[in-house]
Amino acid sequence: MEVFEPKIVAFVCNWCTYAGADLTGTSRIKYATNVKIIRFPCTGRIDFMLLMKALSNGADGIIVSGCHPNDCHYTSGNFHARRRWMMFRGVASYLGIDLRRITFSWVSAAEGAKWAEVVNKATDEITKLGPNEAYVKTAKKFQSMDN
Amino acid sequence: MEELRNRAKQLLEAKTVDVVIGYGETLNNKIKAVFIRKPEDAVKLVYDERCTQNLGVYLTKHEVKHFGKPAIVASVSTMRTVLQLCSEKQVKDDGVLVLGVTLEGKFLEFPTFKTVETFMEKGVQPIPAKDLELMAKIETMSLDERWAFWQEELQKCTKCYACRASCPMCYCNRCMVDYNQPQWISVPSTEIGNLEWHLMRAMHLAGRCVNCGECGRACPQEIPIHLLTFKASEEAQNQFGAVAGLSSTMPSTLSSWKPNDKENFIQ
Repeated sequence: MEVFEPKIVAFVCNWCTYAGADLTGTSRIKYATNVKIIRFPCTGRIDFMLLMKALSNGADGIIVSGCHPNDCHYTSGNFHARRRWMMFRGVASYLGIDLRRITFSWVSAAEGAKWAEVVNKATDEITKLGPNEAYVKTAKKFQSMDN
Repeated sequence: MEELRNRAKQLLEAKTVDVVIGYGETLNNKIKAVFIRKPEDAVKLVYDERCTQNLGVYLTKHEVKHFGKPAIVASVSTMRTVLQLCSEKQVKDDGVLVLGVTLEGKFLEFPTFKTVETFMEKGVQPIPAKDLELMAKIETMSLDERWAFWQEELQKCTKCYACRASCPMCYCNRCMVDYNQPQWISVPSTEIGNLEWHLMRAMHLAGRCVNCGECGRACPQEIPIHLLTFKASEEAQNQFGAVAGLSSTMPSTLSSWKPNDKENFIQ
């Protein structure tokens, strides 16, 4: 049987988590290769629609990560983002979207080891959950119409 | 009703306001919004239990702004709309004369927004029992059941955007759903596109929705989409203590923050 390898998209901020992920690499820490990192200027820039697009394009899981509170390069971007995610989780789970597939974390530029841990944990969790079938099936139904 | 007509006539005669936005009757006894600009037309105003539309939606329309200063026949949810629009700088402070109708059906005139705010302290309009029941039912569903429930409901959506057109808070000149570069949401009515559209609508109205339920009433497919914005309001109240439409100076819920916002999901 083919082993299920989840596709995970990570939306990370340029100033903390991206640098943190870089540190993971330069520290030669090994972590799951399932994650595809997309760099953003700030977590405040990460619109919830980007997550929805990732899911409908076949992502099995999502990681959203940025600077710790009070560490934002733009002072308050992550505070705004935090409120947005608090709201998003309420509405999304009300619609039946599985929140276990979406991981949120704060990873600073010095936390290379934490980044590896976050990715590994998310990968394990999503491997257990299996492919995001309900969502992808619904999305595929009309894909030919979209394009 | 006579009281309302007389007052509207007085206001127009004295030129205190230029237009009275209210309810009128059509030839086949349906209710529609009317824009009374002449004192002699004030007799066209009606108010009874059929008048459910939230007239606040017209306040931001440039055709209506063009008339001049408005007075508006306002149920409690419309009063909240006016305050919320003011807090979002869409109507000027005291730029609208509120001809309020209380929950008991009594007419009350509010000369300033401050007086509307004081009135709101007595309590807002309750959510209808039918909606509360359905909301409670959805809360008890498992994730898969919820997904199935909303897929079943949302597949009826034809993307007519009546929910958007009827919503007083959807006043953006260009809605994100109309953008095609990038195309956020598919133009045809597809399952995933419908889900994304309704999620986006709820998120963009989060902390701004005044719970008037107009979107649900406007929906020609009778999808209970107003429950999504009700849920967002509930979240805003529970998590941030923010209730929309109680103050004309409230900061926007999702564009403000507190350093001690409490969450339990960020690793």
